[in-house]
Amino acid sequence: MAMLSFERKYRIRGGTLVTGDLFDFWIGPFYVGFFGISGAFFTVLGTVMILYGAAIGPTWNLWQISIAPPDVSYGLRFAPIREGGLWQIITVCALGSFVSWALREVEICRKLGMGYHVPVAFGFAIGAYFTLEVVRPVLMGAWGHAFPYGIYSHLDWVSNVAYQYLHFHYNPWHCIAASLFFATTLALSLHGALVLSATNPKRGEEVKTPEHEDTFFRDFIGYSVGTLGIHRLGLFLALSSVVFAGLCIVVSGPFWTRSWPEWWGWWLNMPIWR
Amino acid sequence: MAEYQNLFTQVQPTGPVSEGVPLPKGDWERTGVPFFLHLLGRLGNAQIGPVYLGGLGVASLIAGTLSFNIIGFNMLASVDWNPIQMVRQIFWLALDPPAPSYGLHLPPLGDGGWWMLAGFLLTISLLLWWARTYRRARQLGMGTHVAWAFAAAIWLFLVCGFFRPVLMGSWAEAVPFGIFPHLDWVAALSLRHGNFFYNPFHALSIVFLYGSVLLFAMHGATILAVTRFGGEREIEQIVDRGTASERAALFWRWTMGFNATMESIHRWAWWFAVLCPLVGGLGVLLTGTVVDNWYLWSMKHGVVPSYPEVYPVVVDPALMGGK
Repeated sequence: MAMLSFERKYRIRGGTLVTGDLFDFWIGPFYVGFFGISGAFFTVLGTVMILYGAAIGPTWNLWQISIAPPDVSYGLRFAPIREGGLWQIITVCALGSFVSWALREVEICRKLGMGYHVPVAFGFAIGAYFTLEVVRPVLMGAWGHAFPYGIYSHLDWVSNVAYQYLHFHYNPWHCIAASLFFATTLALSLHGALVLSATNPKRGEEVKTPEHEDTFFRDFIGYSVGTLGIHRLGLFLALSSVVFAGLCIVVSGPFWTRSWPEWWGWWLNMPIWR
Repeated sequence: MAEYQNLFTQVQPTGPVSEGVPLPKGDWERTGVPFFLHLLGRLGNAQIGPVYLGGLGVASLIAGTLSFNIIGFNMLASVDWNPIQMVRQIFWLALDPPAPSYGLHLPPLGDGGWWMLAGFLLTISLLLWWARTYRRARQLGMGTHVAWAFAAAIWLFLVCGFFRPVLMGSWAEAVPFGIFPHLDWVAALSLRHGNFFYNPFHALSIVFLYGSVLLFAMHGATILAVTRFGGEREIEQIVDRGTASERAALFWRWTMGFNATMESIHRWAWWFAVLCPLVGGLGVLLTGTVVDNWYLWSMKHGVVPSYPEVYPVVVDPALMGGK
């Protein structure tokens, strides 16, 4: 059994959301639970579908494999397996797998007496995926507006969709999302660096304290958010990034169909400038 | 089910302000009278100040302010010194680098010279600020991890504005100052060199960017979820593991079969965040200098997918030999 030295006392029964004790066990380091079973089902089925899609596709080149959604002419209907039906099954499997994973995290949180921050945060990521692959295509009336499953093909999709709006950098929600992504990364580097610099001090020095961390940041920029605050700030920045990323794509098409540089006309034409 | 999730601080005891760890001999006095801001206290520490200025900090601020003002006044001049138009057009206004015809020569002030001066002063400001991060850490006896992380960001800045333009033989390759102008520069660089999505270093940089956001969501959420066991006292948990660390570790071990430790998660964080500008800068540096067109490069290396022909074949007019 792969167990950490302190692990045994934490491996207790209970905390499950459904099916009681039935699936309340571990396989190796992994907790199973009902959602481990449902997650494994969707993951295996989805992966097999992807492999099948690759097998009937033109290439086994990992970079080039692509499983595309149905043509827009299918609208929101089911498509034949080889015409995007695979993509539809895989999308359902992906959502089933992601949601199972989140609920399995909830069960683990309950078992360990922890807060629900991680599954809630993961829910934001699932929300972004759902927005891209379901909400926006539904609003636009065709599954063909979703992105394909492929390493380079999804990049082509991003590039093509972005240039349909002439210059996506002018999308204000994209501006905010990108700024938040950079801000989160900056904050992460500062947090990681600060903790490492306190625990790995100058040679010959003793390990430092949060008092030193606060002092360094106050000396540095006049403010230290503190050991608790930085984790709230980081989580908030990260989740905001995801929210605005979802917003910036869901408005493109359903709510704005012209070039994004044109969107700024309202600003230039406000009456206050006269 | 409704439980306290520790998203905000609900009760704020107010004590005396913290003056900070004493500074070694030879350092300046700290500046400013610390005060509390209640709203900040909802999220983290309520105390603002004091700040350490020091010679490096003051010099950096002077250079940075000069640079900021050069950019601002050039923008103001470009709208005929009309402050209202300055505000109206602020997103569009630019201070551009010299035209390509100047190569790496010094242009007149009004023709890119101001851009060079602003860029030079901004670089000086950043380098002084870097020295400040290094020195502030050392004066408190701490490691210099913040400074080296900052160095990675400076590397990307210098690649875009200095190293690559020098290798390309023209200041015109550098980034203009301005909100939309710098976004235009990004788009133009990508298109000119065959789409940056085909630049593998760009792809890696994005992986580390998204990876950093993912890591901070995971780490922030994990720590908040174990704050009821004192998990936010990370240094203490690192040197003397408690139940907060054990639960946090087991959460991820049971979820994905692997866990970091309270110290190693900060190494993961540091490397993900640092590698984002590090490999991104490498991708920019190679663009136009080593690889002219990332699409053709990717074709050569067999990574570009092919798609079904859904449109009629159109002959490129440029290939028809027309006049």
